[in-house]
Formats: sequence, C-alpha cells, structure tokens
Amino acid sequence: MLGKLTWAAIPLNEPIPLLTAGAVGVVILAVLGIITVKGWWPYLWREWLTSVDHKRIGIMYVLLALVMLLRGFADAIMMRSQQAIAIGGAEGYLPPDHYNQIFSAHGTIMIFFVAMPFVVGLMNFVVPLQLGVRDVAFPVLNSVSFWLTASGSLLINASLVIGNFARTGWLVYPPLSELAFSPDVGVDYYLWSLQISGIGTLLAGINLVTTILKLRAPGMLYFRMPVFCWTALASNMLIIAAFPILTATLAMLLLDRYLDMHFFTNDAGGSAMMFVNLIWAWGHPEVYILILPAFGVFSEVMATFARKTLFGYRSMVLATLAICVLSFMVWLHHFFTMGAGADVNAFFGVMTMVIAVPTGVKVFNWIFTLFHGRLVFTTPVLWTLGFMVTFVIGGMTGVQLAVPPVDFVLHNSVFLVAHFHNVIIGGVLFGMMAGYNYWFPKAFGFTLDERLGKASFWCWLVGFYLAFMPLYLLGLMGMTRRLQHISDPSWRPFLLVAVVGAVVIFAGIAFQILQLYVSIRTRESRRDLTGDPWDGRTLEWATASPPPSYNFAVMPVVEDIDAFWEMKRTGKASVVPTYETIEMPRNSPTGVVTAFFAVVTGFALIWHIWWMVILGLLAAAVTMMAFGWSENRELEISASEVEQMERARLGQGRPA
Amino acid sequence: MSLASIADAIPIEEARGRGGGGPAPTRIVVAYGFWIFLLSDIIMFSALFAAYAVLSGNTAGGPTGRSLFDLHNVFIETACLLVSSYTCGLGALAGERRRFDLFYLFAALTFVLGAAFLYLEMAEFVGMVKEGAGPSRSAFLSSFFTLVGMHGGHVTVGLIWLVFMVGQVFAKGFVPHVLQRLLCFSLFWHALDIIWVGVLTMVYLIGSR
Repeated sequence: MLGKLTWAAIPLNEPIPLLTAGAVGVVILAVLGIITVKGWWPYLWREWLTSVDHKRIGIMYVLLALVMLLRGFADAIMMRSQQAIAIGGAEGYLPPDHYNQIFSAHGTIMIFFVAMPFVVGLMNFVVPLQLGVRDVAFPVLNSVSFWLTASGSLLINASLVIGNFARTGWLVYPPLSELAFSPDVGVDYYLWSLQISGIGTLLAGINLVTTILKLRAPGMLYFRMPVFCWTALASNMLIIAAFPILTATLAMLLLDRYLDMHFFTNDAGGSAMMFVNLIWAWGHPEVYILILPAFGVFSEVMATFARKTLFGYRSMVLATLAICVLSFMVWLHHFFTMGAGADVNAFFGVMTMVIAVPTGVKVFNWIFTLFHGRLVFTTPVLWTLGFMVTFVIGGMTGVQLAVPPVDFVLHNSVFLVAHFHNVIIGGVLFGMMAGYNYWFPKAFGFTLDERLGKASFWCWLVGFYLAFMPLYLLGLMGMTRRLQHISDPSWRPFLLVAVVGAVVIFAGIAFQILQLYVSIRTRESRRDLTGDPWDGRTLEWATASPPPSYNFAVMPVVEDIDAFWEMKRTGKASVVPTYETIEMPRNSPTGVVTAFFAVVTGFALIWHIWWMVILGLLAAAVTMMAFGWSENRELEISASEVEQMERARLGQGRPA
Repeated sequence: MSLASIADAIPIEEARGRGGGGPAPTRIVVAYGFWIFLLSDIIMFSALFAAYAVLSGNTAGGPTGRSLFDLHNVFIETACLLVSSYTCGLGALAGERRRFDLFYLFAALTFVLGAAFLYLEMAEFVGMVKEGAGPSRSAFLSSFFTLVGMHGGHVTVGLIWLVFMVGQVFAKGFVPHVLQRLLCFSLFWHALDIIWVGVLTMVYLIGSR
C-alpha cells in the first residue's frame, strides 16, 4: 500500500535530525496557526499563492532562498564544528553516515535552493521593471516555475524526517549513487527534487529570454538595455542550453535505479565517467548562470552610487556574452585526473584561463567606473567592494587549479573547497546581498536599516576570510575534502580558526535578520515616497515603490542607456501623462496546484507508492489540460482606475 | 509555408519586439517562446544522442544493433511519421481557411499515421524484449530504449495534444487563441520529425551496417 515507506523511515535513533525537524515543525505549525487564526488565508491565496505578478513571484523566490540559506548554513556549521572537534582521538558528534548526508545536503541546498532561487527571484523582480514593461512573457508559467522550485525544496527537506538523504556528495557520482551501493531512498530524494525544480528553472529561463528578446519598452534597443538585463539574458540562455542536459543525465541515473538499466553501472557496459562528463556539461555553465546576474547587480550598484554611467558598457556586454559561450568549453577541468591525456587536459586548461580574461575586463570596468566617481558608501556598495577584492582572489586560485599538473596535486583537497566557496560566497552571495539591499525599497516601499546592513556585511566579509583562508593552507598541506575525522593534530589550529569564521558568518546572518526586523518595525520613518531612493539611473526607479500591479501607468519611451537618468535630466520624468486602459493577466491557481501534484508524485516515486504516482500524474495532466483549454486570461484595468491610483501615489510623494 | 500563412492570417500589429516599437504582440511572443522550448527539448535529446553514441558499442556480449534492427519496419515507421507531418501541414492550412471539414480530415489522418508509427515502435520494442534484448540487457540497449522511447513518448504526448486541439476547435472554432495553440502544436509535431531523422540516421542506418 505505501511502497517502501514504513515507520522505520523516521530516524528515531538520531536525535539531531529529529529535534531539528521537531523545531521546524513547531515553527511551521505556529505560522500556519497564526495565519488561520488571523484569517489571512483568503488574502494569501488571492495575493500571493495564485499571483502571476512577476514582482510577487520574485519576492517569493527570494524568500525561499533566504529560508533555505538558514538550512544550508546549519549544515555548514555542523560540518565545521565536527571537523574542529573530531581530531586525533576524538570522534566528534556526527557519525559518518550522518556526516555524509550533511555535506551532500549542504551542497545541493546551497546551489539549487539558495543560489538559484535568489538569482532567479532577483531577475524575475527586476528585469521587467528595467525593460519598462508590465510583466514577463508568460505570467502563469512564471508561477508554475516558482512553485515547482518550492516543491523541490519541500521534498529535499522532507528527507530530513522521512527516510534519509544521499551520502554521495552534491553531484551524486555513480557508481556510488547506483542502486548497488546506495540502495535506500537518499539518492532518490536528490534526483526527484532536482528533476522537479529543474523543470521549474528551465521554464523560468524560457520565460525570461522571451521577455528580454520580445518585450521591451519602445526605444529599448539592445544596446540601451541595462547591464543587469544583459547578464540576465546571458544567464537565462545558459539555463536553456544547460538545464536540459541535467534533466537528461539525472533521468538516465533514475532509469538505472528504477528500471535496472546500465548507463553508469560498473557492469553490462555502463560508463560512470560519462555521467561525470554530462553532469559537468551542465555544471560548469551553471556556475555562470549564478555569477553573471551577480555581475549585473554590481554593475548597477556601481553606476548608481558612483553617480556615473558604467564605464565600458559595450565591453561589459561583450564580456558577458563571451563568458556565456566560453562557459560550455571548460567542463573537463572538473576532472583533469580522469586520464583524458595531456592534449585534452591542456586544451581545457587553456580554455579555463581564457575565460578569466572577460572576467578581468569586467573588474577593470568596475574600477574605472569608480575612477572620478563620487562614491556613496551604502550597504550595496560595501558588498560590491568586498566582492571586487574577494572574487579576484577566488579567480586567481581558480586559474591555479586550471593548470593540470597543479590540479593533479590539489584536486579533491580543501584547497578546491576554499576556491569555490571563495567565488560563490564572494561572488554570487555578495552579489545577491547587494541586490537585496539595493532593490528592497523598490519591492516594499521602505529602505533597509543601513547600520545593521553594514554590520552584517563586515561580519560576512571577516567571517568568510577566517573560515576559508585556513582551508587554502590546509589544502596545500594535503587535507582532502569531506573528512568526517581528522587524523593529523597539526591541522587543529587552522580548523579552529575556520570554525570561528563560521560563527562570525553566523553573526552576519543574525544581523541580516535583525536588519529586516528593525526595518519593518521602523518602516514608517523610512518610507520611500518618491520611488527613487538612490537617485537611480534605470527604469525600475521611474515608478512607485512598491510598483503598482501594472508597473508603469504609461509605457516609458527609452532614449538612452541610463533611461531614467536621462528623463530626470531633461525633465520628462515629471510630466503627467494621459492614462489608458491596461490589460493585465488574471491570477491563476495553475502553479500552486501543479506543484502540489508534483510533490505528491515525487514523494510517491521516491517511496515506490505506484498507485499514488499514477494519481499524481493524472491530476497534474488534468491541471495542465484545464490551463491549456482556458481562455480569457486577461483582466482590464480601466483608464480612470489607473488615473486614480496614480493620482493617489503622486499626491503623497513626488510633486506632479 | 503553412506556418507563415497561419501567422499572416491573424492581423499584424506593427511592433515586432526588436527594440524600436515596444513589446511584440502575443502571437509572436507565444510562438517565439515555444520555439525556445523546442530548442531546449532538442538539447535534452542531444544529451541522449551523446549517451547513445558513447554506449552503442557496449553490448556486454549481448545482441548488437545489426542483429536486432529491421530496416523494413523502420522504413514504414519513417514513412508514417513524415507523411503525418505533411498532413499536419495540410491541417494547418485548412485551419487558416476556416475549413472545418478539411481540418478534421487532416487531423484524423495525422492521428492515424502517428498512432501507426507508435504501434510499429511498440511492436519492435516488445519483440526485442521477448528475444531477451530488453533495456537492462546491456548499456547499448539501455541507451537505445531510452533515446527511441523518449521520442516515442513525445509522439504519444503529441497525439494526446492533437485530440485536445481538435476538441478546442470543435468547441470554440478557429478563434485567435486556438489558432495560436495550433501553431505551437504544428511546431512540436514537425520538431519530432527532425529528431526522428536523427534517430533514423544515428541509430538505425549506422547501427545496422
């Protein structure tokens, strides 16, 4: 009846996951209870769960990322403390089986359910506003994308209490991840949650590429698009080109596990190295899917707060597109030790070094933007400056690893771990934090507390260096990654510094939560009534904060790269326009309903509950058909209503 | 070209979304987005093709393509699928001219040809499994069944979609949003042909040498 699912799936003998799950369960029940008691369900359903507004969906993506960041960080600090304790004779508090699940979950969650939703969420929120349009190309699909991502993260969190998670590392290399060596549900949790959220990501990519290429305000030529839109375009093109490879690769592993096939098995002619090749053919572009939008954020922040047009706009765009293409030609550097031979390794080593060139171009562009600028030291600027220093260090260790003979020595060591945390924290995460602080007033209509924001930045920066610089040294001393126990006591001081760094990062996260709390409490005094708190340059600042559902009452006409700056300069920003009727997409429950059935189907597949699989798939098909049959998906807002709303806004803020 | 003429049948607004004139009309946006989806689908197939190319020699002592493939059967399959694309195109033309009778006729022909293709493919699969050449026999057969089966799965989805579209035409007539969806269906059906040409060449023609 319930397939493989029995009471044995609940880890009653492991106090850590059980207590965590209990605490999380209490919090969730409390939140649901408050919502029910206060009668917020209709509001939530109407305004958020079924919303197809790109801004709401973007905000929900970022919220998901922030919640999952806490989960991923909890894993991180457990690993750091285990390694700081379990040295020599000590055993630490995490048994190997549990430790292996933790490092696998940490990587999976941080990449797929923190970095990805954060990046996609920011793009979702910002891109249509910067392009001067009213929504993305396919609003309902956008909602489906988000809810599928949320489904994936729900499944991965369920593995904490029901069953277990993969012990194979975040990329589930076979043959370890094959049924013969990982017979329980851990790898299945990984595979199905990634398949479900991966489809969501692919749909989001299609949506944003179509939006950027086909929906732009009049006059928004390609070379007038803000750099963030260019990086979003590059990133989403990479999603479209790379995520299908991930889907196919994971599908092959699923077929091995479920239908006894032999793609990657040791026997019957399977090839485990093919998996490693395929997964990195997705995996390396994925790195740039994450970092390119972060580069876009830094470009926007630099131009805004240096009060200058971005230096080298065209070279920035070309560098972005060069990275986009080159990112598909370097995947083999993830496994130089496979034995492909000197020629192949040399080619991929050289390509890897080449990809550092456009990145260098970008760094110089940012530096030259600073030159003769009048920099305002706000929180987003601090994140950007912190990034410029930190990312260059990470990039240089990357070029070192790109030299195959060096890689032979350092691969699989904590030097590598330090390198990719250096670029992902110092690049992606710093970028997302800069973007979060920069666009928060646009999303909610009030600014974030600067003092706490800066405190958070300094904790993250110092904590990062404390946590990861020792790992570079340990890597050079020969420490391999994913160790549950350390046998060389001379490494102890470095590991202690690293755990202190993790605690300082924790303080940074605490300051961030405090910043949000304090800012909400004092929001009345920090309202952004103008819609333009930073004296911005691009179109998202031309509308109210938060923007009305239709974004722009009248579609702006673009005449320059810094469109809004130009409007303010020529006085066009304060002209009162004539309003017209606006067509907006209607809310739709398609996304949340599809996601519900995706969770049911995924869970049933993981536990081999076949009747539930069939029911879930049928229900999902019916949902899709209902949507495919529907018409009249638009809602009209009449000109007088638009005028009323705009009057109300202009009356309280900017003089009309 | 049938697709272009469908596109022309719907009044054209001046904006094309190339930057000068503002957002493109829905019809262009929908078709463009669907094209991009098809590209991503083709990339997914390319990963399966790559896997097949790597594993096609790894028969693990089991049967090879040469002993399994029946080109006669494959020829009929190919003919069914290619002709179904032709009838699908004729159906699109009928839709453009608002000819319900012709549309239903060509939709029915497309369905029958697609179903025939699927039947032949299933018969081939069943035969192979009965011979002991199922997908778990060797890496070669795993990748064969996955690649060809994935294409067959797409054809199945296409057939369901076709029935669904006939239902919409029946219930609503040739209104703009139905024509838009018919355009997407045609794109999908033709894309399956492109993939089949790849399967025919890489799997059957090369494999049975």
